[in-house]
Order: sequence, then C-alpha cells, then structure tokens
Amino acid sequence: MGPQHPSTHGVLRVKLKLDGERVISSECIIGYLHRGVEKIAENRTYQQFAPYVDRMDYVAAVSSGLGYCEAVEKLLVVEAPPRARVIRTILTELQRIASHLLWLGTHALDIGALTPLFYCFREREEILKIFEKYCGARLTTHAFRIGGLQYEAYDTFEKDVERFCKDFESRIVEYEDLLTQNRIWIGRTKGVGILTAADAIAFGVTGPVLRASGVKWDIRKAAAYAAYDQYKFEIPVGTTGDTYDRYLVRNAAIASDLPPSHRKYSRRTNHGESRKGTEAATGRGLSCDRSAQGRNRLLRCERRHRHAVSRAHPAAFLHQFASVRPHGARTPGC
Amino acid sequence: MTNPIIQATIEFLKAFWAPLLCGVAIVAVLPLIVGYIVLVERKLMADMQARLGPMRVGPHGLLQPIADAVKLLIKEDIIPDNADKLVFWLAPVLSVGAALLSLAGLAIGPAFQIAQDINIGILFVVGVSALGIFGIVLGGWASNSHYSLMGALRSSAQLVSYETAAGMALVSALLFTGTLNIKSIVEAQSNEGIWFVMLAPVAFFTYLVASIAETNRAPFDLPEAESELVAGYMTEFSGFRWSLYFLAEYANMIVVASVATTLFLGGWLRPFSKVHELPGFHLLNLLDFVPVLLMVAIGVYCLQRTPKQPTRVQQMFMFAVAGLCFVLGLVLLVPVVVPIAKPFYAGIHGGFWFILKVSLYIYFFMWLRFTIPRYRFDQLMRLGWHFLIPLSIVNVLLVGVALIAGSYFHLQGWGLLLVTTPAAIITLIVAFLILAIEKEHGAPQDQSAASDFYAG
Repeated sequence: MGPQHPSTHGVLRVKLKLDGERVISSECIIGYLHRGVEKIAENRTYQQFAPYVDRMDYVAAVSSGLGYCEAVEKLLVVEAPPRARVIRTILTELQRIASHLLWLGTHALDIGALTPLFYCFREREEILKIFEKYCGARLTTHAFRIGGLQYEAYDTFEKDVERFCKDFESRIVEYEDLLTQNRIWIGRTKGVGILTAADAIAFGVTGPVLRASGVKWDIRKAAAYAAYDQYKFEIPVGTTGDTYDRYLVRNAAIASDLPPSHRKYSRRTNHGESRKGTEAATGRGLSCDRSAQGRNRLLRCERRHRHAVSRAHPAAFLHQFASVRPHGARTPGC
Repeated sequence: MTNPIIQATIEFLKAFWAPLLCGVAIVAVLPLIVGYIVLVERKLMADMQARLGPMRVGPHGLLQPIADAVKLLIKEDIIPDNADKLVFWLAPVLSVGAALLSLAGLAIGPAFQIAQDINIGILFVVGVSALGIFGIVLGGWASNSHYSLMGALRSSAQLVSYETAAGMALVSALLFTGTLNIKSIVEAQSNEGIWFVMLAPVAFFTYLVASIAETNRAPFDLPEAESELVAGYMTEFSGFRWSLYFLAEYANMIVVASVATTLFLGGWLRPFSKVHELPGFHLLNLLDFVPVLLMVAIGVYCLQRTPKQPTRVQQMFMFAVAGLCFVLGLVLLVPVVVPIAKPFYAGIHGGFWFILKVSLYIYFFMWLRFTIPRYRFDQLMRLGWHFLIPLSIVNVLLVGVALIAGSYFHLQGWGLLLVTTPAAIITLIVAFLILAIEKEHGAPQDQSAASDFYAG
C-alpha cells in the first residue's frame, strides 16, 4: 500500500500482509517526506531559514514558526517584548485550533463520515482569514520574526478573534452531535490502536497523543513559552489511549483553547502599552483589498519591526555575524 | 392478402407493444433519471454540508448531469494491460443489464408494468437484481488489482449476508398477501385499507437496513470505500464503463426503493385510498389536490427565480421548468375535477404517489450517507449475521402467529393491528435481548472470529 494510497495525508508506504480483511503484519517504509530541510538550514542565516520552518508542517505553520523563533531567541539570549509574546500566543492558539480542525475533518472522512470535513473547513477558513488579514498569507504565514513579530496586529484583530471564538463555541457542538455519541463512530475508534502510557513515553510521543494515553504533560504548562504562563487552562487527559480517547482529547483541546483566548484579549486591551501611540506613529501596516480581479494586497507603508531587536540591543552584533556568515561554513557538495 | 410475416409481426406487436415501448423508454430515460438523482444527491449533500454544490452548468447546475454524461462518453477508455479483457468488458454490462431487467418487473401504476402480471413478480425482481453482483465480482477480479479484488470480495460477502435478511423481511410482508404478484400485493393493501409498514414495522426496518447494504450505500459502502479502497471494484474502470457501474448502482437503488414501496408503503396507493371509493364528499379526499399543489408550488418558485438568473438562456430554461411544472399540475388536476377523466385517475395519481414514495426512500438513503460514518467489515458482518438475520427470522415467526390469531378472531384491515402490534413489540424485545447478549460477549478484540465471516 502506498506511497500514494487512498487516505494519503502525507506519503507513507506500508507493506501489508493480509488474510482476507485482517492485517497480519505490516512494515512501514518511511522517508518519503524527507526534504533535506536540515541541509538547507546549514547554508542559511537564521532569518533566512525562518520561512522554511513554515513548510515543515504546512497545516500549523504559525506554531512551527513560533518554535523556531523562540529557539533562536534562546540562543541569542533575546526576549520578545510582552505585547509581541501575547500576539504570538493568540496566533499560535488559533493555529492549533485550525490544525486540530483539519485533523478532525480528515479523520472523520477516513472513517467514512463525509460531512464533518466541511464543517471543520468552514471554521478553519475563518482562522485562515484572520491570518490573511494579519500577514497576507494563509498557510505558510511566516508570521513571526526572531525577536518579535512581522507586523503589529491589525485594527480589527481583537474583534475578529472574539467573533470567531463566540461562533466557534456553538460549532463544536455540531461535531460532537455528529460523532461523539455515534454508535458506529465509537465502534470504529474505541479499543483501536491502544498506546499505553509507558509505551508513549518510551517512544517519545508528545502532544495530544501522549495526553490521550493518560500522561498529564503539556509543554505549554511544563515549560511555558511565549505568554502561556499568563493564562489558565485545563489539560484534558485520556484514560486508555485508544483512537477514541485521542479524538476526545483533541476535541477537548479545541474547546479548552477558547476560554484562555477570551481572556487574552481583555488582558491585551488593558495592557499598559499604548495602542494609540503605535498607530499614530506608523499607521496601518497592511490591508487587504479584495477587488474583482482577485486579491490585491496593498502595502501602505513599510514593515514595522517595532518589536524586533533594535540595533542597540546587546545581542545585535550576532545579527551581523549571522548575515555575513563566511562561505567556508558551507558543507561541501551543496 | 397480406404477407403472413407482416401479419405475425402485427400480432406480436399487438400483444407486446406496451411492454416494448416501456422497455425502450426505460432504457432511454433511465440514464437521465439516474443523472438527475446524482444531481439531487450532490445538491442535498451540499445543503447539508453548508455549501452550494454544482452551480456552473445551467441555472443552479440543472444541466450538470448532461455535461457529466458527455464528459464520460468522450473520455479515453482504458483497459489495464493485465486485465482479463473479455471479463473486463462483460462485467459492467452484466451489472447494468441485471439492474435494468429487474426494473421490468416493477409496477409504477396499475397499468405501467413492462413484464405484465408475472405471478412470481417480487421473486423475479429480487432474484434478477441479485444477479448484478456477478458484474461486481467479475469486474473486481478481471481488473487484476488489489483494491478491486478486495472491493469485489467485500461486495459478494455483504450481498450474501444481507440478502438473507432482506428475503426474510419480504417473507413477513408476503404472509399478509399470500401472493408474489406485484399488482396483487398492492391490491391487497388497498383491500385491507392499511399499508404493510404498519402491520410489519420490524420487517420494514430490516428491509431498509438490508437494502442499504445490498446497494452498497453508506454506511455499508465498504466495497467502494473511497478512503480505503480508492473506488473498490470500480478502481480500474474509467469513462463509460465506469458510468455503467454507476448507472447500475443507482438503478439498483431505484429497484430496492420500488420493492419497499410496493410491499410496505402501498405502492401507487394514496394515503387513505379506501376513502376515494366511498360515495359522497369526504374531507380526506382533499388529499387528491396535494400533488397539484406541490407542482404549482414548484412552478411558482421557479417563476420567482427566473428574473434572478444571470443570462437569458438560463432565464428561459427556468421559465421552461416552471411551465413543465404547471403542465404536470394540470395533468394531475384533470382526473380529479373532470368526471370524464376519472378512469385515468389511478394511472396518473398512482404514478405520482409511487414516485414520491420511491423518492422519499432514496432521500433517506442519501441522508444516511451524509450523516453516518462507515462500518468496519467485521462489524458489518456481525450486524448482518448476529443481529438482522435472527431478528428477521423471529419476526417472520411472530407475524405468522399474529396472522393465525387474526384469522381466528376474524380481524380485518386496521383491526389486524391488534395482533401485529404485540408481535412487533415482542420482536423489539428480542432485538434488545440480542443486543444485550452481543454486549455481554463484547466485541471480539482478538478478531480471530472475523475471518470466519467469509465462510458465511
């Protein structure tokens, strides 16, 4: 089976031995998704490589971007300003919801339920619209810069996100109605693909899969990055670690992402930083104009790296090192 | 004197002109009907999934089926190198042939039946439509592809398992009539003044589930599960061959829906059809105007949409559709109002009610498809063998007992409910019992039993 097969979400070849409908043994042949990103990274400066990170997981570009930026910042001993960290957190949480939605839709589709896919994509579209308004891109956003953000949040950002959260709460109920209590759905997922907690830890599994196995470990709490330490949220945990638990945990994760988001905005609006000042100084960063010919993007003024590391920063000299990296650093054969 | 051959031909035509005409009409019109069923399905799916569906060809995509047909016809016909050419060629023809042939046995109205008055009517329809499975199995085998073979295997196992349950369900309805003749079955329901769905609800439910499985529709669409087997037995077929399979699938849907309508839903009978024959005015007879009102409503809606169409062609098309609806409404109105046209009432209104019931049945199929996830194969087999078949056998027994009791007390029509309702309730209790036993044993996690289902 594969590398291209009916439920291809990323190519994977599986050698299957079948007895009628039963799979007796299987052997996975991986490596079809290897794109040599590490090799590319060797020949790029830190800033140059940032957009590549988006392509590693194109359904969660913002999240991987955040991971990369935070890592580089740690190396440079730089910290993004608090406001930038808040915006980063909001965008990343939105991306998490979008990514989980994509997972839910396609997972349901693989099990044969056609409709949840479209419901999920409907909501995901709203999130992508917010991304588009923020930075002009929908998938490979490259939303963050090392040391800060690409753009200041646009004027109606808060309102958009709040509206999304409000609508989304009622939409989650729809998926639950369609799937959670469905006999066939439970029959297909319960007791399937059990991953015990010990195995999960041994395999180095992270995220919702680990939590579904019953391990209460969330990197957002365990080693809080961005502005996660400022918010309270639940960590949903499964019990048996089967597919049904993974489904429930992810669904709960989508739902529990909402309340902290709500708080974020209120916190943000009350934040000491003066929004007025920023706007007066630089005006709108970017606006979308959907004209009849398609989507024309108008850049009204230059990008503002308002929160990026200033040249006077103690670590600024590292930038220069990074950008004038000698050619000798290249690995032979590239 | 005329030539004896011509005379013989005239004699032949005299006896057979109506069936021949109907046959030609069905073969010619059915692809169009199927095309529009597909369009309706896509539109329904779109509606349930918060999108628009086909909108490009014609107003609201009304010409989409024709565009699809043209596309399929002019597509390159690919036969895989390793395929068994003859069987590959034969399989879809077999499939569609069986489906069309079984349509011949059906009666849309008292007068519209191609194979008139076959005394084994239902048996013929069920038997011939089951032949279509050969097309699927042979097609899957001839393609010489893993996915196709799996699809064919699943399909045959599924049909064998569910045909039994469906047959049992049919038997319990047939117990009421004592005949297999389709016309007599409907007439029996007319005489009793009650549809058999009321008398044998469990049998109807069993047939409903079994017929979904037989036509390979979701949630039992494992033979063509697109996320598991690409398109199952149809994977290697393309262009017109593929569309033949498609035609067969939808024709089969029409067949099972028609069988269910005939046996359980009173065929071409109107609700409360017995009132129609009573002398004098009766309030329920206003039901005769429902078809007319429906047609007029659709026509008015089309007229309302006409000015909103973007191009002139589309406006005219919409106008024509509205006109057609009004004409149909008029045709439906005449037999009710004009006394001379009374003899045509049964034919015209019968056709309407029959098509309405079949459409509702098919609508239910579609609705299920968009709502429910797919069964796993062993679950499907377990549902068939461990639940539906025992249930239907028990149901046949209990309906038989109820009928004996009914004849003992000389019960007729609605009175029969007195004995059949307890029978249905007992069957339901049995059903819950079976489910409870299933649960106690639990789903066999080791799956060692799963492969045995092929033996069935």
